[in-house]
Amino acid sequence: MADFETPELDDIPTIPTVKPGTMEHSAPYVAKPVIQAPLGFPGELVDDWETVAVAKLGELSNKYRALRVYLDSCVKCGACTDKCHYYLGTSDPKNMPVARQDLLRKVYRRYYTLAGKWFPKLVGATDMTKEVLDDWYSYYHQCSQCRRCSVFCPYGIDTAEISMAAREIMDAVGKGQKYCNEIIGKVFKIGNNLGLPEPALRDTLEDLEEEVEEECGVPVKFPLDVKGADVLLVTPSADFFAEPHIDGLIGYGKVFHQAGISWTVSSHASEAANFGMFIGSYENMRRVSMRIREAALDLGVKRIVFGECGHAWRVAYSFLNTLAGPFDFLDPNYPVPQHICEVTHDLIQKGVLKFDKSQNDHMVLTYHDSCNVARASRMGSKPGGQFTIPREILKAVCNNYVDMAQDSIHDATYCCGGGGGLLTDDLMELRVRGAKPRMEAVKQVVDAHGVTNMAAICAICKSQFTKVFPYYGYGMDMIVSLHQLVSNAIIMDGAQDGAGDAQETAEDAPQNA
Amino acid sequence: MALTGIYAFLFYFAFVVLVGGVGYKIVQYARTPAPLKIPTTPAPTTRSGVVLRMGREVVLFESLFRSNKWIWIFGWLFHAGLFIVLARHLRYFTEPVWWWVDLIQPFGKYGAFAMIIGLVGLWARRLLVDRVRYITAPSDHLMLLLLTAIGVSGALMTFVNHTDIIAVKAFFLGIMGFEFGSMQPLPGDLLLLLHLGMVALLMLIFPFSKLLHAPGVFFSPSRNQVDNPRAEPGLRAHDSRHVAPWAVELETDRKA
Repeated sequence: MADFETPELDDIPTIPTVKPGTMEHSAPYVAKPVIQAPLGFPGELVDDWETVAVAKLGELSNKYRALRVYLDSCVKCGACTDKCHYYLGTSDPKNMPVARQDLLRKVYRRYYTLAGKWFPKLVGATDMTKEVLDDWYSYYHQCSQCRRCSVFCPYGIDTAEISMAAREIMDAVGKGQKYCNEIIGKVFKIGNNLGLPEPALRDTLEDLEEEVEEECGVPVKFPLDVKGADVLLVTPSADFFAEPHIDGLIGYGKVFHQAGISWTVSSHASEAANFGMFIGSYENMRRVSMRIREAALDLGVKRIVFGECGHAWRVAYSFLNTLAGPFDFLDPNYPVPQHICEVTHDLIQKGVLKFDKSQNDHMVLTYHDSCNVARASRMGSKPGGQFTIPREILKAVCNNYVDMAQDSIHDATYCCGGGGGLLTDDLMELRVRGAKPRMEAVKQVVDAHGVTNMAAICAICKSQFTKVFPYYGYGMDMIVSLHQLVSNAIIMDGAQDGAGDAQETAEDAPQNA
Repeated sequence: MALTGIYAFLFYFAFVVLVGGVGYKIVQYARTPAPLKIPTTPAPTTRSGVVLRMGREVVLFESLFRSNKWIWIFGWLFHAGLFIVLARHLRYFTEPVWWWVDLIQPFGKYGAFAMIIGLVGLWARRLLVDRVRYITAPSDHLMLLLLTAIGVSGALMTFVNHTDIIAVKAFFLGIMGFEFGSMQPLPGDLLLLLHLGMVALLMLIFPFSKLLHAPGVFFSPSRNQVDNPRAEPGLRAHDSRHVAPWAVELETDRKA
């Protein structure tokens, strides 16, 4: 892999001038036939792939209204040109949302519009060629499908929809992305992205029980495949072993334990993330979702709760009822599914959970709105609940909280740079450069308010920041899970020292604090 | 008289292409399924909330206002000017003239300036801002040229070189009433012929160009969908799901 320089952070965020081709070399590893097969895609570039690709584009624009309307409606006004974190971090003009869309649009124009058929040069239409395919492969894997552009477009044109279509077309002609497709295969075979089989998962959870009981003196359970539990917890598999994700999982366990809610994890559906969305494949997304339905039916649960994961929550909140519903066999008093933050927030409102906020006094916190929670989902019953609920939890469990600049939070939040199927080492340069706008906002609050840690509720954000913070001179443990803070502050009945879990927080104190 | 016949035919043809073409696209958009709920959130949770959101987008360009103040100023100025100019032009197609069309005449005359200033501003951005220059195709310049020329030729007829608008109105009322036997002659005034020719050209390219953003905005799922995809308490029946017709075929493996 080529060496690259970490961008310098600007004190005042600036819009770079265009430098064509700076990220042309960036592309993820291509999926081998053995990875493509379980998903129903050809293993390598098919004969006459140009025709197949053009036909697939036609098929998709007949199946997805968003795609067709977005391909027709763009007026090239330029409103989106400075909105993508990848453009801001790389200066490559093909990372401007409109230019990224145009890579697909110019082929659509050529084959599916009169203007493009008769006057291709005039309207910027081109034939489907190997060059175009290579551009698609590079640049549609430089989009994290974060939807920031769709907020700022006067027509709501969403590059995520275009990226998904392009990736589906590439899969259909046999040019799949290794990282995403391998992971989907693991979910079909084993049940989660990491390929943790049931015995390994059981061992991990048992070890965790011992560890937590040792630390706080309360027998918090982390149950697996328990029939008749009230709640099926579906959480990203990173929560079972990665840092700081696992601290969040401990937090969920403590919340359920303290509230007396019986719950379980399922080995059949031990993954919240749904990479079917990243590759735009409705059918693969549906197959992954169906596992959750099957687990809920097998275990006879009453509720489904999702852990901290951004794109997972989008698929859960927005698509699960469509893909795997109806859920009329669950308790009708709760929405299906629920987010763990909604559960914790409700319990705080009802006075069931009590906190010792001083347990988080060694940190000054800020909150990173994860892109797909912010712009593609909701929590609670009111628009914008996805912004207020996590912040209300944070303010209930810590004393020191500041928000980052207004133009970098809520629905204007910057993506971490690793979402949408890009969280792979072969795209490290892109991930570091794409994190630049977020890093600039972090630097501001670090310098002005002494912020020591940033909380997030997405497994990808947590993994991505753990990796990229050091590139910008911050500690990798600067990123924390929201439920890790809940875990630190929650007052557990029967705890050893009667004041939460001071031992654990002492150990967890970030080195850069 | 040949000129009158050519222009009459041109406008019949342009009208059919415009209405037929845009109608075809609207039907196509309406019939293409939207298989998943994808509103850009925070989004309204009710139908009436969505109507309000869309209203703010269409009238005030709310999202564009958040994005870029310069594009918003010029874009809004152009569209507002165009709207008032079009409304003013209704006087050439109605007899008697509606009261509110009479009312806006004094303002409508100056709408042309708003239009032209807006267009020139947008054009300047295309030339001066490197990001916008990068994404501009030749057709984007030609579209601006066409609209600016229509605006300028119209303004010249209003303020400098008046044309016989009574005769123009008689011509249009004639073709609107299909009075082929007694077709009123169109004045042979060069500015007028240019203006009308370019308007007809604009009508002809509308359904084949980016001008489709006009109907398109109403069909944008990220803006026009209600944020209610989840099975909320009390909404568990099958009819609360959003399943596209083509997606139903995939559901053969469903158990409970």
